[in-house]
Amino acid sequence: MKKARCFPSALPAFLALVIFVLSSCTTVKEYQKNKLNDNEMALAARKVEKTEMSFQTYREGASGANGGKTGGGCGCN
Amino acid sequence: MKKICLSVVGLFLSFVALFGQTEKDTSTYKPRKLTFEEANLVSSYYRQDGNNSAVTGGIGTENLTDYSNTVDLKFVKWGRKDIKHSFHLEVGMDHYTSASSDKINPYTISSPSHADTRIYPSLSWMAENNAKGTTVGAGLSFSNEFDYRSIGANVLFAQKTANRNGEFSARLQAYLDNLKLIYPIELRSGVIPTTREEERGDDYATASRNSFSGSFSYSQIINPSLQLALIADVVYQQGYLGLPFHRIYFTDGNVAIENLPDTRLKIPLGFRANYFVGDKLILRSFYRFYHDDWGLTAHTAQFETSMKLSPFFSLTPFYRYYKQNSVNYFAPYKVHSPSETYYTSNYDLSAFNSHFYGAGFRLTPATGVFHVQRISALELRYGHYNRTTGLNSDIVSLNLQFK
Repeated sequence: MKKARCFPSALPAFLALVIFVLSSCTTVKEYQKNKLNDNEMALAARKVEKTEMSFQTYREGASGANGGKTGGGCGCN
Repeated sequence: MKKICLSVVGLFLSFVALFGQTEKDTSTYKPRKLTFEEANLVSSYYRQDGNNSAVTGGIGTENLTDYSNTVDLKFVKWGRKDIKHSFHLEVGMDHYTSASSDKINPYTISSPSHADTRIYPSLSWMAENNAKGTTVGAGLSFSNEFDYRSIGANVLFAQKTANRNGEFSARLQAYLDNLKLIYPIELRSGVIPTTREEERGDDYATASRNSFSGSFSYSQIINPSLQLALIADVVYQQGYLGLPFHRIYFTDGNVAIENLPDTRLKIPLGFRANYFVGDKLILRSFYRFYHDDWGLTAHTAQFETSMKLSPFFSLTPFYRYYKQNSVNYFAPYKVHSPSETYYTSNYDLSAFNSHFYGAGFRLTPATGVFHVQRISALELRYGHYNRTTGLNSDIVSLNLQFK
């Protein structure tokens, strides 16, 4: 059986990208947030995705980090 | 089933009518009394089919359907020092039929297949202090079906940065679950139930499963069109982590039930970025890396666009790719050796890739959906899922928002 790797090799590059993006941010005033306040810009799953996330938790081995269940509360893994 | 659905919708509309008597401009009005703010009804129909059921040791039908209805109500009250208190009440009900569950005890086959209903209410409270940029909260949840019961609790703390462009949040959760040990019929001793009534009336031994998790996230506004979030969860589970009716067929032809370790540590790391391109297009993206100590590593990438064809109508096509390797304890039908300590033939824990794609639309007319002022939004979404193991499924979901 192929041994699972703890972290993929792309992770350092991904973290470097995140740090670069974070370092390039500018302060956005309240009056400039009309686009950010749009319902569809919310940094969370949509309400209509609720059951989709639930079946994925049952049918896949991985879960969590998406605002949904992280384990427990159902007969799933 | 029809009666259940109608009852849920009826109850929901009664709540909306009861608490939503008056319309207020929420941008300036700060109610001191508990006031209805928003309600959502989410209904879904899900069906799946495949040929690797864990109930029959990794072979056999995985046919399953699920009707799900969830109602959530949000109430708001402003307290002293301009603190906003939000209360969420949610009640969900799933009704499913599962062809493979019939194979636990074939003597009680109830055509067309076995069925059960799960009910899961929850209640949560949050207090936002705008002056300090802090939020605290707590919640309780409960879930019950014939063979599974769960009690959950959580606490939350969030702190915004000084310029209000970033926010750190931490949530601690615990689920205390209890499951009935319903074994496959050939592995039980004593009198064998021959009807569903006898099966349900049986006294089953029980086992516990406890899950504790910490969820930490940091969200940041990058510019007026781009924001992102980093999410890290740590989940520890202990207790009975398999299911008692999942069969294993060993190489020598003997049958047993799956046996998995009694602890599991999971570490999912997530990243979200949403970008508003021009005035009519939103790009939503999500990536998750996952690893646990059963040897499972997985990657999830999801992309969605929201095309605003008019100020009140948007189209939302999406695509999700998922890939996992198998847990250390998985092998197909009649491949496990009786000398192994842990074993499962549950294909949900096998190596596979999956694709999930579809589209939805969202309606938010100024005059209300179908000219009903109180229905502020309607969202309908369809998705098709297929897995390289051969399992495929379809899901249709509807969200109605009331204000």
